[in-house]
Amino acid sequence: MKRYSFLELAKNAFSAHQNWGRQWRAPEPKAEYDVVIVGAGGHGLATAYYLAKEHGIRNVAVIEKGWLGGGNTGRNTTIVRSNYLWEESAGLYNHAIGLWQNLSQELNYNVMYSARGVMMLAHTVHDVQVAQRHIHANRLAGVQNEWLTPEEAKEYCPPLNISKNIRYPVMGAALQRVGGTARHDAVAWGYARGADNLGVDIIQNCAVTGIRRGQNGAVEGVETVKGFIKAKKVGVVAAGHTSVVMDMAGVRLPLESFPLQALVSEPVKPAFPCVVMSNTIHAYISQSDKGELVIGAGTDQFVSYSQAGGIHITNHTIDAICELFPHFRRMRMLRNWAGIVDTTPDRSPILSKTPVQGLYVNCGWGTGGFKATPGSGHVFAHTIAKDEPHPINAPFSIDRFRTGRLIDEAAAAAVAH
Amino acid sequence: MLLIYCPYCQVERSEMEFACRGEAHVVRPADPSKATDEEWVEFLYMRDNTKGVAAERWRHIHGCGRFFNAVRDTVSDKFLKIYKTGEPKPDLEALAKEAGK
Repeated sequence: MKRYSFLELAKNAFSAHQNWGRQWRAPEPKAEYDVVIVGAGGHGLATAYYLAKEHGIRNVAVIEKGWLGGGNTGRNTTIVRSNYLWEESAGLYNHAIGLWQNLSQELNYNVMYSARGVMMLAHTVHDVQVAQRHIHANRLAGVQNEWLTPEEAKEYCPPLNISKNIRYPVMGAALQRVGGTARHDAVAWGYARGADNLGVDIIQNCAVTGIRRGQNGAVEGVETVKGFIKAKKVGVVAAGHTSVVMDMAGVRLPLESFPLQALVSEPVKPAFPCVVMSNTIHAYISQSDKGELVIGAGTDQFVSYSQAGGIHITNHTIDAICELFPHFRRMRMLRNWAGIVDTTPDRSPILSKTPVQGLYVNCGWGTGGFKATPGSGHVFAHTIAKDEPHPINAPFSIDRFRTGRLIDEAAAAAVAH
Repeated sequence: MLLIYCPYCQVERSEMEFACRGEAHVVRPADPSKATDEEWVEFLYMRDNTKGVAAERWRHIHGCGRFFNAVRDTVSDKFLKIYKTGEPKPDLEALAKEAGK
């Protein structure tokens, strides 16, 4: 692998950046792999990377129906934070935060992780109580989170309108300073390059059409449009289409898939220093390094695979943005889109073994999987390699829906990410 | 935004008046105290999450307030059939074929 460095950058400048070379191969599938990962999004690629790097399992293929990072990895609003309510979540999301800190160095790829702070607004007495409960729970669990008065919130984010005469005045905010943003594509590309370098085959434009199981019920491999690929173990990381893929193996999951929308404005000079979220009035905004305002809207209320949400959902979010940040009222929006997100009843993910031997699933990230990409891949690789969950993801089993040990993050996760 | 026909009010209204209540024909265990954990999991949590033609429950919450069922293609979001609560589950495959799926 060509290591990227300042020297390399300077050298390539002399040839007008025409000779950088490919970052990963485009191999044809081999007949057999130790592990096949279905889905080359951030989570799937990270899983393959850590399988190769931490567990020495290098005979791995990542199979992707479209192009790598082209699903929700390329469609999300790139927020990183870990201020969830329960200790199980603190373990999982903080694990990711830990990995984010050094990810650019680890991958030798600039993922542009920017800890610019994530501020969650409170607009009612109830909001204030909920936010403070979250802050106390977070601090007990070792998750950074602090309370700001409206004036402090305005100081941290000057565009914020804290006047008392708006419909939902700002009564305070919870700030996680270590939260922020990262470059979504770079995360997928960095993991792809790293995994490829360790010998992982990334096979794009190769839809999985079936999961073959042997006489004893165990997984034997996957049927694809490029033929049968034998595999000792199969990990499904297919986001919104997880139900469809797992149905091929006869495994039912507690998932519903909804379109989740986002939109970006025309690019402008730096005008917005952090990430601001409001669960109550459904506003959710940050500014990318390109200068676009990145705005997250909600999900549609019905199951859909259409990758196009209702316009009233984005309108609702825009209304809130215009009230909180009046000087954005004349901004023009460039693009909007939807991704299909798989949500669980308790709004926590499933990283688990399944009733089928050799089949593993990483799904249910709902509206906010991006932030967990490194941590998710790291513990899921452990689950596949050892055939048992890492202590961090043990609580996130499918079995929790039978035992009743749900990890209810509806308040922290249901609306916006 | 969807336009939805309420079979009770017999009018088509915007989605804003309706609430989707998920998969239809999920039957509660007849004798709850005898139901196994697996039956409860199936009833409470497991869902088909169909990509294609599926039956779901809707409620005309800002109209008559009543529940009804609808068959919808979850890829195109088009409604193929709307019917009242208590009516049998339609033949989804036949409806899909009719719609050219």
